[in-house]
Amino acid sequence: MQISFTLNGRPTTVDVEPATLVAELLRERLTLTGTHIGCDTSQCGACVVHLDGLPVKSCTLLAPALDGATLLTIEGLHGAPGSNQMHPMQEAFREHHGLQCGFCTPGMLMTAVALATEKPDLTEADVRHGLEGNICRCTGYQNIVVSVISGAAAMNAAKGE
Amino acid sequence: MKPFAYHQPGRIPDAAKLLTSIEDSKLVAGGMTLIPTLKQRLASPPALIDLSRLENLKGITDDGATVTIGAMTPHAVVAASKLVQAKIPGLAALASMIGDPAVRIRGTIGGSVANNDPAADYPAGVLGLGATVVTSTREIAADGFFRGLFETALEPGEIITAIRFPVPFKAGYAKFKAPASRYALVGVFVAKFADGVRVAVTGAGSGVFRVPPMEEALSQNFDPSAIAAIRIDTDGLTSDIHAEADYRAHLVTVMAKRAVDAALS
Repeated sequence: MQISFTLNGRPTTVDVEPATLVAELLRERLTLTGTHIGCDTSQCGACVVHLDGLPVKSCTLLAPALDGATLLTIEGLHGAPGSNQMHPMQEAFREHHGLQCGFCTPGMLMTAVALATEKPDLTEADVRHGLEGNICRCTGYQNIVVSVISGAAAMNAAKGE
Repeated sequence: MKPFAYHQPGRIPDAAKLLTSIEDSKLVAGGMTLIPTLKQRLASPPALIDLSRLENLKGITDDGATVTIGAMTPHAVVAASKLVQAKIPGLAALASMIGDPAVRIRGTIGGSVANNDPAADYPAGVLGLGATVVTSTREIAADGFFRGLFETALEPGEIITAIRFPVPFKAGYAKFKAPASRYALVGVFVAKFADGVRVAVTGAGSGVFRVPPMEEALSQNFDPSAIAAIRIDTDGLTSDIHAEADYRAHLVTVMAKRAVDAALS
């Protein structure tokens, strides 16, 4: 079947088998390999993308659900237009060492950006609850939580400029 | 996943007709249970019928003495609904405890109720509140809807369109979750109405069930102390890698007390 959607700001049309997962479509057909597949059972969150602005697990999403929708992947995160900078949340993860091996990071970032967009003044409890569906096996979460709170503040400040 | 045909009907009668005419076809709502099932090849239906294009299946309406939630309403919407928070806060709390944030954005109340997983949260809320399951053809009382392990009163070709909840005086939910899956090891929903209290348990057995001795005790005195000494029988309770039946029985009393506490707070 043919599906059309907006992918990281660009109109995209692909022909897919209905039994195609969005994570597979992104990685294998569209060569956007920033979206990672960790557990493949919708528990780890490495595959989180934004579907119509909301964070979802792309390993448990069928490609037909994209038809007519807007999809944002980790490749679509960026800093101020034309600046060649990273997104404030990405900067915060680098600044606060919010990753070690980096495998879970794309999903962490996508969930973190969604959290910060929904509630700009995030508390530590909000972040820990909000990251319940994103698993990291390296960091013990401490620096991730610090990064998300800092990134949310930076996103808020950038919005005010 | 094995290949399947994909249908996106725009009207409920069309969806029902597809479901009846294509043998072994499956409905897909949020897909949070069905897609993992397909990936593990535990099911390989020839066709999926996607409910997301159907009209009028999303949203929450205030009918005074009842609150009606459309079948395709995601858990995150129920959890964040000011209406549900005001009228049945225990139900909003239940929705906020399902899975994780990304799962709550896709998973729907209709899908959860139709699937009737023995450890799902919504069946406890639906049975505990004595809700009515509204389908494409009729209305089914919660007491007659859940029939044990993944079984319901739904007939072939019948589609849930909404769940109608009576507004209780007080209601609460408490859940001891399995840490990896976030399903209920045991979850208990309590609701106090003019004519008595209802107590519904999920996760402990092969399907959601009520606990009459706790209902009677709480109808006399709606306080955790009223049920502290009531322990349910282990017959029919689940023993598995996560917990023995004995421990689940213990958790039923503990979670019931916490649910009453939540209802009173």
